[in-house]
Amino acid sequence: MTTGQKISVTVNGVNYEREVEPRLSLGDFLRHDLQLGGTHLGCEHGVCGACSILIDGKSVRACLMLAIQADGLEITTIEGLRDPQGGHLHPIQQAFVEEHGLQCGFCTPGFIISTVELLAGNPSPSDEQIKDALGGNLCRCTGYETILRSVRLASARVQAGKAAAHNSA
Amino acid sequence: MKPAPFDYYAPDSVEEAVALLERLEGEDVEAKILAGGQSLMPMLNLRVARPDALIDLRKLDTLKYIRDEGEVIAIGAMTSKSDAEDSGLLKQQQPLFQHASYLIGHRQIRNRGTVGGSFAHADPAAEYGAAAMALGIEMKIVGPDGERVVAAEDFYITFLTADIDSTEILTEVRVPKMAPGTGWSFQEMARRDGDLALAGAAVTLRLEGGNCSEVRVAVFGVNGSPARIAEAEQLLEGSSPADELFRQAGKAAAAAVDEPIADVHGSGDYRRQLISVLVARCLAEAVERAA
Repeated sequence: MTTGQKISVTVNGVNYEREVEPRLSLGDFLRHDLQLGGTHLGCEHGVCGACSILIDGKSVRACLMLAIQADGLEITTIEGLRDPQGGHLHPIQQAFVEEHGLQCGFCTPGFIISTVELLAGNPSPSDEQIKDALGGNLCRCTGYETILRSVRLASARVQAGKAAAHNSA
Repeated sequence: MKPAPFDYYAPDSVEEAVALLERLEGEDVEAKILAGGQSLMPMLNLRVARPDALIDLRKLDTLKYIRDEGEVIAIGAMTSKSDAEDSGLLKQQQPLFQHASYLIGHRQIRNRGTVGGSFAHADPAAEYGAAAMALGIEMKIVGPDGERVVAAEDFYITFLTADIDSTEILTEVRVPKMAPGTGWSFQEMARRDGDLALAGAAVTLRLEGGNCSEVRVAVFGVNGSPARIAEAEQLLEGSSPADELFRQAGKAAAAAVDEPIADVHGSGDYRRQLISVLVARCLAEAVERAA
């Protein structure tokens, strides 16, 4: 049973049925089998956080999961955050652009995915809470200060958006 | 990085998984159980581990629960660490276990990593080891001959080795609730946020007429297995809490540590020093929290 086994997985709202070798990591599956290169593989042993994706809304490391384990699950990658109708960037992505939350950009998908989970559970986190939630993501350009600013801006936008929606309701 | 090839099985029940373990053992096939994979997957990717077969427990939803059973909170082995971290029941009735869950790795690790996987892996630097010793947690283990329950003191054998046979599966951990009024503390030291601890300590105690009682001091990360430190507990038992006493207990705990690990992250003496400081801090915080 080292040979291919069939899996069915939903990524960014699209269902894929593929045959995978059991030892194939979910990260390699997303990048090579599905051609979704936005999920970056850095250390491949669970330290750097670059390959973070969302499974049922929770951030996990794609290098520490086998593709076969994703059978039947719903995955969101960085490619799935953009608004599918208008094509606008997700508010968190936009905040990273405006606050220069990246230099080389390699770690960025992971930071943004972690921020999605953070703000979904806690829309107005303190700086300590932001640092805690992003502790599992490494940036080797040492841009942490601008990343922190990006998350603060994203949080403010999410709050303002909610207030606007509330006022127009 | 790619793991070496392996056969892959995802049984639908504990019984099926145990039968599979028995069959593979009979065929001389080296099988590893895959729970959340947050320790095993790096070992596979780095090819430190090269099992012939993986038995993935992902379909065992029956092992995902945090249940109030009166004096005990029963946690299914496949419950994620983040579910333990977020559990209102644990926050209210067993805050030490909840906090220990939060201290493990990072959120992404806790979202996938399981409570049972951490116990079974028995890494000496795992927070749950100290929690098990301080709280008197019991492990439920299922094998070909049925079910057995193992106390924390008997469970940990040495580095990465727990009292689980190659044909057995850990299915539940049973965590006694914390009695109201109990003071507790859990502290650790790691080089970076979320790293495995170089050393750590857990303490529970009660105050009776102003004096410490039912003191439990456990340490982890310093040698092969987590351990309770009777020398430190006895110093406190029946005594009036005071900073000087906490420091003495810390020193006693440090002196009682057998063969501390010495590696690139820290010398044995450094780890002893950490134990001394962390135990003293834990005692002070636990007294503060005791009602």
